[in-house]
Amino acid sequence: MKISFDKPVGVVGAGGFGTVVANILSANAQVYLYARKPQVVEQMITSGFSHGQKLKPGVTPTGDLQMMADQCEILFPVVPSSAFRESIKKLAPFLHPYHILIHGTKGLDIKLSPGKSLDDYTQLTREQVLTMSEVIQEETDVLRVGCLAGPNLAKEIADNQPAATVVASRFEEVIQLGQKLLRNDMFQVYGNQDLIGIELCGVLKNIIAIASGALSGLGLGENARALLISRGMVEMIHLGVALGGNTKAFLGLAGIGDLVATCTSTLSRNYTVGYRMAKGENLDDIISSMEEVAEGVKTIKITKKLVKYYKIRAPITEMTYKVLFENLSADDALQYLMKYPFNVDIDFL
Amino acid sequence: MKLLKPKRIYPPILPGPREWPVVRLSKFRKEFILEVIKESVQNVKSIATSKQKIIEEIETTLYREKMRIKQNPWRVDPEDEHSFWEHVKQQLIVAEQHDDAEQLLENTIKEIITRYANEIAGNFKPTSYRLARAVVTFGFARLLNAAGGSFWSDRLALADKVEVSGEVEQIRKLAQIGTVLMVPTHFSNLDSVLIGWIIQYLGLPPFIYGAGLNLFNIRIFAYFMNSLGAYKVDRRKKNLLYLETLKVYSSLALRYGCHSLFFPGGTRSRSGALEERLKLGLLGTAFEAQRINLENNSHNGSGKIFVVPVVINYHFVLEAPILITDFLRRTGQGRFYTESDEFSTSYKILKFIIKFFFKGSKVSLSIGKGLDLFGNYVDDNGVSLNKIGHEIDIREYFLSNGKINSDKQRENEYTRRLSNIIVTEFHRINKVFSSHLVAYVAFEMLRHKFEKLDLYNLLRLPEEEHIIPYDQFKYSCDLLRSNIFDLHKKGEIDYAPHLEGDIEKIIKHGMENVGMYHAKRPLLRNKAGNITSEDLSLLYYYHNRLTGYSFENFIR
Repeated sequence: MKISFDKPVGVVGAGGFGTVVANILSANAQVYLYARKPQVVEQMITSGFSHGQKLKPGVTPTGDLQMMADQCEILFPVVPSSAFRESIKKLAPFLHPYHILIHGTKGLDIKLSPGKSLDDYTQLTREQVLTMSEVIQEETDVLRVGCLAGPNLAKEIADNQPAATVVASRFEEVIQLGQKLLRNDMFQVYGNQDLIGIELCGVLKNIIAIASGALSGLGLGENARALLISRGMVEMIHLGVALGGNTKAFLGLAGIGDLVATCTSTLSRNYTVGYRMAKGENLDDIISSMEEVAEGVKTIKITKKLVKYYKIRAPITEMTYKVLFENLSADDALQYLMKYPFNVDIDFL
Repeated sequence: MKLLKPKRIYPPILPGPREWPVVRLSKFRKEFILEVIKESVQNVKSIATSKQKIIEEIETTLYREKMRIKQNPWRVDPEDEHSFWEHVKQQLIVAEQHDDAEQLLENTIKEIITRYANEIAGNFKPTSYRLARAVVTFGFARLLNAAGGSFWSDRLALADKVEVSGEVEQIRKLAQIGTVLMVPTHFSNLDSVLIGWIIQYLGLPPFIYGAGLNLFNIRIFAYFMNSLGAYKVDRRKKNLLYLETLKVYSSLALRYGCHSLFFPGGTRSRSGALEERLKLGLLGTAFEAQRINLENNSHNGSGKIFVVPVVINYHFVLEAPILITDFLRRTGQGRFYTESDEFSTSYKILKFIIKFFFKGSKVSLSIGKGLDLFGNYVDDNGVSLNKIGHEIDIREYFLSNGKINSDKQRENEYTRRLSNIIVTEFHRINKVFSSHLVAYVAFEMLRHKFEKLDLYNLLRLPEEEHIIPYDQFKYSCDLLRSNIFDLHKKGEIDYAPHLEGDIEKIIKHGMENVGMYHAKRPLLRNKAGNITSEDLSLLYYYHNRLTGYSFENFIR
């Protein structure tokens, strides 16, 4: 096998997507795959598997962050948003300004006053809500930051089906390195300089994915889904622009592309949450029965509070919130949305 | 006249002019300009890579220069301009007719750049520097004497007008360790004079700085600028060749260790607000200079560039009427037109300077903490520290695969980020004056009262409409002041000492001082004792000094 990078690269987080990223990278570089728990590292080493995926030969599981940061200049943190800041904090002492971090986490971080929880706030400002790239810049000395986003259902990539992703960064060199490292015959990589926009695409689409799952749970068909996807897209744009992204980002692979994939796939965790809610299950039960985090649940909570502060019109977000947290039935939410006076098709260009 | 307080006197950090980097630069002026030319030509060639592209660049330059000569001639423009560009035109014609004209084109580029480099280059002479310095300090002192000050207190006199605060000791230390890049806010043409004075007052060697060529139209300024180490920036010239030459000049001077001064806002703030967006061109040259310095020295530390933000605060900006009119005209797209006069002749400036010193209008100059180019604070030894106080090696920001490499896009991005950090620092060290406080409160109260009106209609309100009851005004001033104090505790703003104490006295002080020498007062009390304004645009201008802190939420 030809390896084009002389230095190894690291993946922080050995979840489903982290494992996929590590396997993709292994075609072009030696890869360290970090897991926090020693038993997980042990298990990866002995079984050669992680999250049901066979680890490719170039992937070395490790539990040693310092060693990884010393050896690798390029790292890919792929950690759920709720654990993201902690992980980055642990990594920070070993990081230098020459490091490049490209994360693959599609969630938000919140800065709360000490002793308060998210539920104590009725509204949030943009200063209190951070994207993952902003967390990295806040916690480390690294400036060259990027993200991965796009329709990347882990299982399909693991099956070597054709797919593509977007590497976003304000730094051209980060995009180029990301492309060189991730590109293979079955995996296209696009570049985008609107880092915040692309991060928000990945984050906000999860809300619509939950709503889409709910539609399926109600037994509805494709007209309804197309309606949701296109209106959901408009809502994402309004939210995204208010939070500092550009409209264009949402029209690309990480925006509409990812939205279509997660809204139509039963493989999507967020979709599954919506689906089971509509079938009448309880949110806590759903979450506790899932193997990995559905980011959309937390995203909806945060976004709802941002919507309130910035007075953005976001009915899909608000209705989905009510279904998840305020016992509104999916049916009633749908009725409300169908009566909502939307009348302009496109108002964001 | 109150007694002059004896202020701290700062001895020069370098013993004599021979050690000043700017003197070394002027000694090797010829060599320096040649180096500028060489590097600029290289840069242009690396941008315009084919014969066709080179021709295009020269053609664009020629066209724009001809337009400029025709439409916007200045007194400082040299007389041979016409013939020079005619000559360039002839060479272009020849080059287009011959296939092997590369050498001719390169020569043409070199000729243009040589012309530009010589035009930009400052002409620093230690003798005239000393003279100019003496004129500034002694001349200002004489003006003060006319107002009854003490006869021999030459530099103390200005020191008493100008309150210098902040990281004074640090900037003196940093100037001995590396190269200081001072970035002040820009409100008035007086800024350059003040900064020139403050630099020598603090015992720092002269800084070089890019002064708008238009200032050289005014003889009194031209004299000071030439002698204080200024190089000339012509904002009319926006062609690639000129901009490259200017950037190389600035970058090379930094590499030579010349302390430099940029007004990063580019021009004077039109709205009266702290700069929100900075010009990135010249700031970007610092990154190139820093990278090359690091490449040349294997050890970190020497050749390090330190950014020092400076905020200048006035109660009164002479040019305020014209600046704010200009601002409103630009943003209002023709909905707002008024007549105004320009701050353009030596006579007017002298008159202003006399007013400034004859009457007591305080100026404050806050010197911020030194930063490296990546926004990390540096300690007194010039060591960069990250947010948790760990040392950072700035070389690592330029590394790719273990080596320093040149990456324009990366450095542009660093520049953009640094400019945001400088803006934040400006807000942090901005010193609130009583006059800013009253102007802000009065304008926001009016805005709130007429919230249905847009800005332009609000500014056109008839005078009898804008009366604010004094009690409400006092209440809001007090409220805003306590908010400013709270924000100060968080380190997000600063305030002048006169802001403490009885609020009524502060209001009185502010009302007396806000735009005190304008023909129409932005703020005064009417017979009934309530607050009113003779000129809302001016009030808006002085109010703008406190925008960007979300204070409007507190004013009702």
